[in-house]
Amino acid sequence: MATSAYFESGNVPRVRSGFIDRLRGGDEIAYLLTLASSIAILVIVGLIVFELWINSQPTIKTFGWNFLVSSKWDPNGDKFGALPFIYGTCVTSALALLIAIPLGIAAAIFLSEMAPPKLSSLLTFLIELLAAVPSVIYGLLGIFVLAPIIKAYVVPPLVNAFGFLPIFQGDFFGVSFLSAGVVLSIMIVPFIISVSREVLLAVPIEQREAALAVGATKWETTWQIVLPNARTGIIGSIFLALARALGETMAVTMVIGNTPKITASLLSPGYSIAAVIANEFAEASGSLYISSLIFLGLVLFGLTIIINAAARVLISTTAERSA
Amino acid sequence: MKLAYLALASVATLPLTAQTQLTGAGATFPAPIYQKWFNKYASSSNVQINYQPIGSGGGIRGVNESTVDFGASDMPLNAKALQAFKDKHGFDLLMFPTVLGAAVPSYNVSGVTQPLKFTPEALAGIYLGKITMWNAPEIKSANPGVNLPNEKIVVVHRSDGSGTTFCWTDYLAKVSSEWASKVGKPNASVDWPAGIGGKGNDGVAGFIKQQPGAIGYVELIYAVKNNLPFGVVKNSAGQFVKADLNSVGAAAASTTDIPANFAVSITNAAGKTAYPISTYTWLLVPSKIDDANKRNAIRGFLKWAITTGQNEVEALQYARLPKAVVAAEEKQIAKIQ
Repeated sequence: MATSAYFESGNVPRVRSGFIDRLRGGDEIAYLLTLASSIAILVIVGLIVFELWINSQPTIKTFGWNFLVSSKWDPNGDKFGALPFIYGTCVTSALALLIAIPLGIAAAIFLSEMAPPKLSSLLTFLIELLAAVPSVIYGLLGIFVLAPIIKAYVVPPLVNAFGFLPIFQGDFFGVSFLSAGVVLSIMIVPFIISVSREVLLAVPIEQREAALAVGATKWETTWQIVLPNARTGIIGSIFLALARALGETMAVTMVIGNTPKITASLLSPGYSIAAVIANEFAEASGSLYISSLIFLGLVLFGLTIIINAAARVLISTTAERSA
Repeated sequence: MKLAYLALASVATLPLTAQTQLTGAGATFPAPIYQKWFNKYASSSNVQINYQPIGSGGGIRGVNESTVDFGASDMPLNAKALQAFKDKHGFDLLMFPTVLGAAVPSYNVSGVTQPLKFTPEALAGIYLGKITMWNAPEIKSANPGVNLPNEKIVVVHRSDGSGTTFCWTDYLAKVSSEWASKVGKPNASVDWPAGIGGKGNDGVAGFIKQQPGAIGYVELIYAVKNNLPFGVVKNSAGQFVKADLNSVGAAAASTTDIPANFAVSITNAAGKTAYPISTYTWLLVPSKIDDANKRNAIRGFLKWAITTGQNEVEALQYARLPKAVVAAEEKQIAKIQ
């Protein structure tokens, strides 16, 4: 801790010039290596977009922008529209965030501020384990365990209390936007917890001590001092989680019901972009069909870029405000 | 030391038994029997076949792009697709039926234990979303004495593109003109008028198990292996037939009008004992293979698969090819040059 602060403040010790020369040479090598790596990433992203764009030309030529707002998906009639999938991707991701954000941040606060260190490190280990579970396992748990539980214990009281709302109307079969959102939230909560916890731990101890010294309670310190300081990092963790939710395929397709329809009710089955690509690509025949699935990939790519850009803007504005 | 000599000796003998490697890709439904065949065939010949079950669409694309030596498909290629292949490559793509399978209606109806009987009208009505209750007259009339509950029908179909879906929609399009005009020609994925999509046989079966009132279609093999209840279906001769190796084989045997390229649908077949939702599955082989080793290997394998190999299929619940088809295929093998 002490040494890194020493180096960061610019007090690099001057040693023999030969050593410095070699360091300088190392600098240049490191510069070139890192530059090449970052260019490689740029090239990969560029190639992906290019490939997707080229291969989705038949669809773009046939449907144009209409593809994005049409809700017909008929492989037999060669009519394709992306709207139900975009809708499903957005609804399930939003629902997942709605559940995962409060849960994740609360858990992160407990782990970093309140739990005894031993318990904290044990729980953190378990949470990181959750992040490593393959998504197909979450999907299986979702369809065989979670969906029946939601059907038996969650939906009836929800419908009783809020049945007048359009989002809780209609028949519930287990597979639905709601189930997909819940499974996704379980999948992304480890990301929010583990990144947020790191960020909270990085808030300088002096700030906490100062707040406590002027008479704040522990909760007041956490809520009014630590949390605002960590805000940027926490938002970052949320967007990381959102990116995962948007692109999640296996788990979603197993619980969402795979029905390309736009309905207000969260209890209805729906579809998502990643799920339809995974479901239909292997057996797709006909160039328009295949290119429509590829174009959906490009749409998902675009959606992710827009959301990432939004995250940047949000983070930089909140960082300015807190500065 | 001895071990080292042994290892050396075995390396030295390798060139003598030079293996011919073949790569194939495609349909998932016949993948278990194909794997078994390739293993068996490798032990009795020096042909090593590597098969990737990536789906029929992938198999068709692979053979079209020449990234694999042969493809496999649960759907017959239509004349247009075959012509496109010929235009691109300058030679034909040959289709070889290998085994037979079937799709069966599985369900979860409260209080019903005996196999339900389905008429074509009932199945089409259910999948069109027009028959919505289990005690509807269309179902009741075919099942006298069965206490059908006043329960909502929840329709399930495959969400992933599948040869099973092709077979199912092929059947529905044949027996229902309304289906044919509304949904259109059979396909691996269609715009379903009703129902929920489950991923894979297991996704459909899992949903049926959990949801009272659910009906879905699964592969016969999957239903038998997992002891799923499934219904009997009325065939074109008016008989209610249970899907099994005999009735699926009968559907193939009773379809004698087979086009030269083997692109034949055997759904709604004429025979009295024929199960109406049956299908062939095909290997797709280019008619021109430049590498003589590969050409001989694939010809040898095809010959073996449709003759000796047929003895292996029933253990895995696939029905065997009718004799007439085997004879016709043997002639087609000679076309591979």
